[in-house]
Amino acid sequence: MADTLTPVLTANWGDERAWKLDNYEQRGGYQALRKALQMDPADVVTAVKDSGLRGRGGAGFPTGMKWSFIPQDNPKPKYLVVNADESEPGTCKDIPMMMASPHTLVEGVIISAYAIRASYAFIYVRGEVLHVIRRLQQAVREAYSAGYIGKHILGSDYDLELVVHAGAGAYICGEETALLDSLEGRRGQPRLRPPFPAVAGLYASPTVINNAESIASVPGIVLNGANWFGAMGTEKSKGMGIFSLSGHVTNPGQFEAPLGITLRKLIELAGGMREGHTLKFWTPGGSSTPLLTDEHLDLPLDFDSVAAAGSMLGTRALQLFDDTTSVVRTVLRWTEFYKHESCGKCTPCREGTWWLVQILKRLEAGRGEEGDVDKLLDLCENILGRSFCALGDGATSPITSAIKHFRDEFEAGMHTPAWELFPYERSTIFVREPALAGAAGETDPGASA
Amino acid sequence: MSGENGHMKTHFDEPSLDYSATETKIGEETIAELRQIAARYPQPRSALLPMLHLVQSVEGRITPAGIEICADILGITPADVSGVATFYTMYKRKPVGDYHVGVCTTALCAIMGGDELLARLQDHLGVGNDETTEDGKFTLEHIECNAACDYAPVMMINWEFFDNMTPERATAILDQLRAGEEVQSTRGARLCTWKQAERVLAGFPDGRADEGPTAGPASTLGLEIARRNGWQAPDPDAVAENKGEEG
Repeated sequence: MADTLTPVLTANWGDERAWKLDNYEQRGGYQALRKALQMDPADVVTAVKDSGLRGRGGAGFPTGMKWSFIPQDNPKPKYLVVNADESEPGTCKDIPMMMASPHTLVEGVIISAYAIRASYAFIYVRGEVLHVIRRLQQAVREAYSAGYIGKHILGSDYDLELVVHAGAGAYICGEETALLDSLEGRRGQPRLRPPFPAVAGLYASPTVINNAESIASVPGIVLNGANWFGAMGTEKSKGMGIFSLSGHVTNPGQFEAPLGITLRKLIELAGGMREGHTLKFWTPGGSSTPLLTDEHLDLPLDFDSVAAAGSMLGTRALQLFDDTTSVVRTVLRWTEFYKHESCGKCTPCREGTWWLVQILKRLEAGRGEEGDVDKLLDLCENILGRSFCALGDGATSPITSAIKHFRDEFEAGMHTPAWELFPYERSTIFVREPALAGAAGETDPGASA
Repeated sequence: MSGENGHMKTHFDEPSLDYSATETKIGEETIAELRQIAARYPQPRSALLPMLHLVQSVEGRITPAGIEICADILGITPADVSGVATFYTMYKRKPVGDYHVGVCTTALCAIMGGDELLARLQDHLGVGNDETTEDGKFTLEHIECNAACDYAPVMMINWEFFDNMTPERATAILDQLRAGEEVQSTRGARLCTWKQAERVLAGFPDGRADEGPTAGPASTLGLEIARRNGWQAPDPDAVAENKGEEG
C-alpha cells in the first residue's frame, strides 16, 4: 500500500531554482534518458505499455498503446507533440509543473520521441502563460547546450529537434486534432477521425500527441520500472497523478497522490471546506465532467470508479463549491465558456451552446419560462454525440448533471432570481460573513475527516 | 458575444481591421526575424502563430501590413492569415495598452470573486470590457480560465499571474503601474510591457526566466504535507525485490 501522497512530478517544486538544469541533474535528472538511449526504442514503448500509464489529459487512453499505433514501416517522418494547452476550467497542474520543473517535461519529451523514433518534437503550450513559456524556452536551450537535444544525443546516433510553440488563446486547441491544425498555422478546428493522428497527424505524418503530465511521467517509469509505478494506484488506474483542488476549500492546492484517493481524504488534506460551510457539488475532472455531490465523497478517484458513478476522472481538476453557491449561476458561467470557445465548425455546438446560454440566463434572472428545464435537456440531447468533437459533448455535462442533482433550483428560476436564492457576495472569498445563521452551528469544519 | 434580442453577433460585427491604416513599423530587421521563426519548423506555415505574436510586439496589434508581410513570407494568401488572426483571442485588432489586464470570469473565479473584481477594475479604470484607457496604459478584458484555479480569483497582467486577488490588491497594483513603479508578478517576473511579452511568445527570450519563485504556496501544499508526514513515492529498489507481491 503506497503512502497517501506520493510526490514524484512535484517532488522538486519546493527546491530553490528547480527549473535550472544543474539543479534538476543533482536530483538524478536525465539519468532516465541515459538509460533509455541504451535500450531499443521498441523496448521503451514496451516499458511504458507495461507500466499501465493512462493519458493524464482527460481521456485516460493507455499511453504505451498510443505509441505502439505509430506505423514504423511508414517512410514519413514521425512527430511527437506535447499537449500543454491546459485550458479546461479547473485544470491547473501542467502550468505549475512547467513553471517549476520544465526539465521533467523536456526529459520526458526526448525519451518519448526516441521511443517512437521521432526526430522532431513540439511542446504546444497555451500562449497566456508568459513566465511558463520563458522557463520552457530556457530549459530547451539548456538541454541543447548539454547535448540532450540536437545531433548525436549523448554520443548516440539519435537526433532530435524540439520547439516550444506558444498558442494564441483558444480552448479548442486542447482537442488533439484542432491542436494539429493550429500547429500547422491554421485556425484551430478539429479534424474528422479516422484517420487518427497516429497514422496521419502533423503534416499528414504519423504523430503521437500526449498530455504534458503523461510525458513528464515517462522518465520515472523508465528509471524505476513498471512495478514501481504499479505500486501506486489501482489495478486499472496505475501510478500517481496530480489532483488539483480549487474553490471553497480552506487551502486549495496541488496534491500528487496514487490514483484512487478519495475526495474525502483530499478535502481533509486541504484543511476542510471553508469554515462554516459544507460541500454542495464538485467536478472530478474539469467542467466537462459531470458534477458530483457530497454523496460521492468516498468514491475512489480512478478512471473506472468515476466512470461507474456517471462522470469522468478527466484531468483530476476538483472544483469544489459550497452551500452558498447557485448551481444555476455556475452552470451558466461554464456554458458561456463553451459558447465562447466553440470553434464554429459544427452546428450543434455553435448554435446549441448559444441557445443554452439564452435559457440559462433567463433562469438565473428568475424569468424562466414554463418547460425551460426540459428544453435544456432536449437541447443537450441534440448536442451530445452529434457534435464534431468533445467540446460540444463537454458543454452538456454540467447542465444535465446539475439538473439531475438540483432540478428544483432550475425550476425556481421560473420565478426567483438565483442571486436572491444565493446572494452572490456570500460565495466570494473576500467577504467574510459575520453571521452564518443555521449553518455554523451544525457544521463541523473538519467534517470531511 | 450575443445580442440581447436573439441576433447572433459574430466577429463580422466587431471592429474589423482598419484597412485604411497602411503605415507599419515592421522594417527589415523584423522581416528577418519573421523569416527566422519560419525556419524553426519543418513546414514554414507552422510559424504563423508565433509570427503574428511578433507582429503584435512591433505594431501593438495585428495590422493589415503585418498580415500582408506574413502572407508574403509564407507564400499563402492574406485571407489565410486574416482567417487565423481573427480566430485566436490573443490577437488584437485594436491597439492594446502597455498593460493588458485580464480578469478571469469563468465559473470558479467568477464565483470566488472574479465578477466583483472585474466590476471594480472597470470602475477604477473607467473602461468597459476590451477597452483601453485614454492614456494608452491599460486594456481591460475578462478572460477565460487561465489554469490557476487554486489561486482564484486570478488576474493576469501581460499574461503574468496575479494570484488570490481582491479588489483592493488589484487596484493598488494598477495604481503602482500607473505611477511608473516596478511590479513583480506573484509567480513570475517583473512586469514588462504587453509588446515585450508578445516578443517572448514569438520565441525571442528576454532574459527574465530566472526571476520569480519555483512555485507558489498552493502548488507546493501537497508536497509540504507529504514531507511533514514522511509520505513519499515507493522506493524503487524495495518494489523491485517484492516483484509480483503488489496488489
